[in-house]
Amino acid sequence: MGVKNVGYRPARWDSSYFPGILKGMWITIKHFFSKKYTVSYPEEKWPVPPGHRGAIRLNKDEQGRIKCVACEMCSTACPAKCITMKAGVAPWPDRDKYPVEFRIDMLRCILCGMCQEACPEEAIELTEIYDFSAHSREALIWDKERLLRNWDITADGKYFERSKTETGM
Amino acid sequence: MNELGFAWIDIGILLLKILVVIVVNLVILMIMEWAERRVSAFIQDRLGPNRVGPAGLFQAVADGIKFFFKEEVVPTGADKWLYTFAPLLVLVPALMTFAAIPFGTTLELFGRAEPLQIVDLNIGFLYIFALVSLGVYGVVLGGWASNSKYPFLGGLRASAQMISYELALGMSVIGIVMITGSLRLSTIVEYQNGLLLGFLPRWNVFLQPLAFITFLVAAFAETNRLPFDLAEAEPELVGGYHTEYSSMKFAMFFMGEYIALITTSALLTTLFFGGWDFPWVDEKALGIWGVLLSIAAFALKTGFFLFFFLWVRWTIPRFRFDQLMRIGWKVLIPLALLNIVLTGAGLLFVH
Repeated sequence: MGVKNVGYRPARWDSSYFPGILKGMWITIKHFFSKKYTVSYPEEKWPVPPGHRGAIRLNKDEQGRIKCVACEMCSTACPAKCITMKAGVAPWPDRDKYPVEFRIDMLRCILCGMCQEACPEEAIELTEIYDFSAHSREALIWDKERLLRNWDITADGKYFERSKTETGM
Repeated sequence: MNELGFAWIDIGILLLKILVVIVVNLVILMIMEWAERRVSAFIQDRLGPNRVGPAGLFQAVADGIKFFFKEEVVPTGADKWLYTFAPLLVLVPALMTFAAIPFGTTLELFGRAEPLQIVDLNIGFLYIFALVSLGVYGVVLGGWASNSKYPFLGGLRASAQMISYELALGMSVIGIVMITGSLRLSTIVEYQNGLLLGFLPRWNVFLQPLAFITFLVAAFAETNRLPFDLAEAEPELVGGYHTEYSSMKFAMFFMGEYIALITTSALLTTLFFGGWDFPWVDEKALGIWGVLLSIAAFALKTGFFLFFFLWVRWTIPRFRFDQLMRIGWKVLIPLALLNIVLTGAGLLFVH
């Protein structure tokens, strides 16, 4: 039954607190001068990893025309039923239809990326924009122009490099 | 001179000095409020408040405006008079302490020799310690008058802590009084002008290293700073003695704490680091530039200690209450006594 005490007993010099305090002060002063990890948010934005599913964009082709052919695959695939569109006869000879109106209700959108998966034309994609809050509900129902603007600011893949000057919204 | 034995110009200059010291103190106070958060952030690899004004320097103004617009809550069972009086009792003695501290060499302008010190008391030392110990009454009364348990515990702790550490604080500087032979702070600073062994500035920190360490530790306890801020220990006592305080009363407690910090830093500089003495330079021979140099030296040293207080705060965790009492009674006071004996022996040896 002999109790064997193997607890830590500091040496006399250690128990004077001084070595520990000096060591701690050295560590804190090193951190004082080290690199800061804060991202000054509205000016700088934290770059999200590739594959991030953020705000939706509508892609344009090389001639600057909307890629979408209004096949309604995306709105069919959408589990939140947030995509509505109105198809019209395309003014271009290489396709039959194009969306006259294209509306995504971002209040309902769950950013699942199913529309992107379903699209046969690679016309709808999710982008790296993650801060698209607004002051009203109406502002979050995005029309065709709004979605095409997302393409304009993200197409070159340098959205975060430019984010110091423009807010993206 | 008039029939009462004083000249109006003297009073005018005195009032001017008081005004300058108070204004400078309040400005440093605002910088400190900002610096506390900036330094803590930098030590934790963050940036801290940097939005209000250049580098966030006007953060204190924003905080002040916020405090003014906060609702003032007085607990039902509180002793109204003491509850209102307590924050003042912390702030005012802390501000008054600065009166005896010399912050520069003698300024000679238009044929007048004006010491840069509000009053050159011949008992400057005792005056400062008397006022420093008054500060604790604000904390104790604030804790008691709130009529609430946590503040009461905080006030209780503060009184025990202050009594323990005031002894060590007072005794650790007796060595300096012994070698200087004066309680006058300007004499103590003058004594520290010059060189030791030909190259070291003759500062008391080199003559009295033991006294410096005991004084430093006791000063942390006296100003209620971490690692000895048991009176407000947030994780244990909510907010300690200021739990029930809000609005400007709370701000006044904080101002008092920071002013006490500034005064203590100035006192550390004066007693141990040569006050306004810039080493290896004779300020008196340089005229007006010497005066400016002495003020700059004093500000620099005080600033270093202010930073040191923050640096320590964000490094060392809080001591337990029994540890605090053990350090105070069983380590610091014997060390201070030992220092007195050693100083006496040294003085006997030298003479």
